[in-house]
Amino acid sequence: MDITHLAKLARLALTPEEIQSYQGQLGSILQYVDTLQELDTEQVPELQHAIEVTNVFRLDVPEGCEMDVRERSLKNFSNRSEDLLKVQAVFDGRTE
Amino acid sequence: MDISSLTLTQAKSLLADGDITSEALVSGHLKRIDEQNENLHALLGVSEQALDEARQADTRRAKGEDGGVLAGIPIAIKDNILVQGWENTSCSQVLEGHRSAYSATVVERLKAAGAILIGRTNMDEFAMGSSTESSHFGPTKNPWDAERVPGGSSGGSAAAVAAGFVPAALGSDTGGSIRQPASLCGVVGLKPTYGRVSRYGLMAMASSLDQIGPITRTVEDAALVLQVIEGKDPRDATSVELQETTIPELMTDSLEGMTLGIPDEYFLEGMDDTIKSLVMDAVAQLKERGATVEKISMPHAKYALAAYYVLMPCEASSNLGRFDGLRFGYHSSGNTLTETYERSRGEGFGSEVKRRILLGSYALSAGYYDAYYRKALKVRTLIKRDFDDALKRVDAIVTPTSPCVAWKLGEKFGDPLTMYLSDIYTITANLATVPAISLPCGFSEGLPVGLQLMGRPFDEQTLYRIGMAYQKVTDWHTRTPV
Repeated sequence: MDITHLAKLARLALTPEEIQSYQGQLGSILQYVDTLQELDTEQVPELQHAIEVTNVFRLDVPEGCEMDVRERSLKNFSNRSEDLLKVQAVFDGRTE
Repeated sequence: MDISSLTLTQAKSLLADGDITSEALVSGHLKRIDEQNENLHALLGVSEQALDEARQADTRRAKGEDGGVLAGIPIAIKDNILVQGWENTSCSQVLEGHRSAYSATVVERLKAAGAILIGRTNMDEFAMGSSTESSHFGPTKNPWDAERVPGGSSGGSAAAVAAGFVPAALGSDTGGSIRQPASLCGVVGLKPTYGRVSRYGLMAMASSLDQIGPITRTVEDAALVLQVIEGKDPRDATSVELQETTIPELMTDSLEGMTLGIPDEYFLEGMDDTIKSLVMDAVAQLKERGATVEKISMPHAKYALAAYYVLMPCEASSNLGRFDGLRFGYHSSGNTLTETYERSRGEGFGSEVKRRILLGSYALSAGYYDAYYRKALKVRTLIKRDFDDALKRVDAIVTPTSPCVAWKLGEKFGDPLTMYLSDIYTITANLATVPAISLPCGFSEGLPVGLQLMGRPFDEQTLYRIGMAYQKVTDWHTRTPV
């Protein structure tokens, strides 16, 4: 298992010590998990939903959008100027 | 009067009879917290409004107003359940400085019923753990022995009830996180059927397994709290419209006509003898109340932990994607946006959380998805079928809650797989979506042991009936730590 690659996929900066310790730990967890392969599940359906629900629709009207919840949510953002949320450039090669 | 040892029901009736005020009740609990929390570290913060709210509850009561089912009663809330204005962090550094913008549905319902939210409880970071040691704020200690863990992940809630800080607390349970700490702390913990309680406002770990539920001293109290928080909520599409439940009717002490199943697979060779014999003593007592006992088989139980450690990390790694270092909490700037994500997450998350994110990312990545994720979903079907088959024959399944009593702080922390194994008896109920309750059934070397009852989906009533009958003829739940 390539922990460095996985960390890249999961957007996690890891220290060399962390990479080394996860290598061993994840290996032994996966070894344990491999007992699942003993079971023949060819004919078994996947349990996709914890509860039998079909599409739950509601009318396409805004609801639950209280202004003060919006205000409080904005306050949690790391960097903003008034209502504008500031983030770094999303695309490579751009600085702003 | 020793306020700290009151059950919720006792406090409720003292308040109703005017024998105590809510102000006295809440200040009694606050005093207890003040004396013991520094040592136990069950609560992370106490609400500054609690006493004012208690006085308001007294005023309403004096005017003859109906304040609600839980009027004036203090309740503690696990830190992954949002209370508007509180600094909820799920005990993670990644949410440092976060302030909840709104309240969870369960919190709104508790408030509407008059409960006083007294404070937030310690937990394993993002509910990932079985000992409360992975909390960014440091571990909670077990009130029965402060050198031992309280279990987890709702260890703060269980310890708070056991120590008499509150008569009831909310926890959340994804693989045993309500029941296992309840067992290790000698209190009652109830994981409702998946869909019974709205998850709106619960920080998601594994969305197909998570449920919020109560931790209390008695089964009756757990039923009372669940009645307040349960029911359909338009903001959680997986919550279900319920038939009304009536608790008093269940207060019969006869279990005549009830069949209990004992699965061989939960009593493995090499298990702790004292735990086994205490559970079998409890079964004998239930038999005396009129229950019939049958041996049953749940052949796929031994695969449950493996299936869980695929499905849970897969769901968790997706759910934790939202912690990007921008929207809330911890922020660590890098040269690019990707670097900012990586640094904020790498520094903000603790080691167990990162371990599970990596595991989930691996199992969901190209080439492994079928072998791990889809395979585990199929095994989940087999486990659910075991339950369906067994619960056609029996009304409830009886097992130990935990294979061991509370262990020493630090003992298992460096060894994830050994830690995971402590949830081996509780995980199946989450995978099968069934309700399950843990109640105290004795002590092994001075440490509490828990009895687990698992029932049919949405048939919590049967668990209440068995649990109440058991607590009527035993006094384990009345014992408190020194």
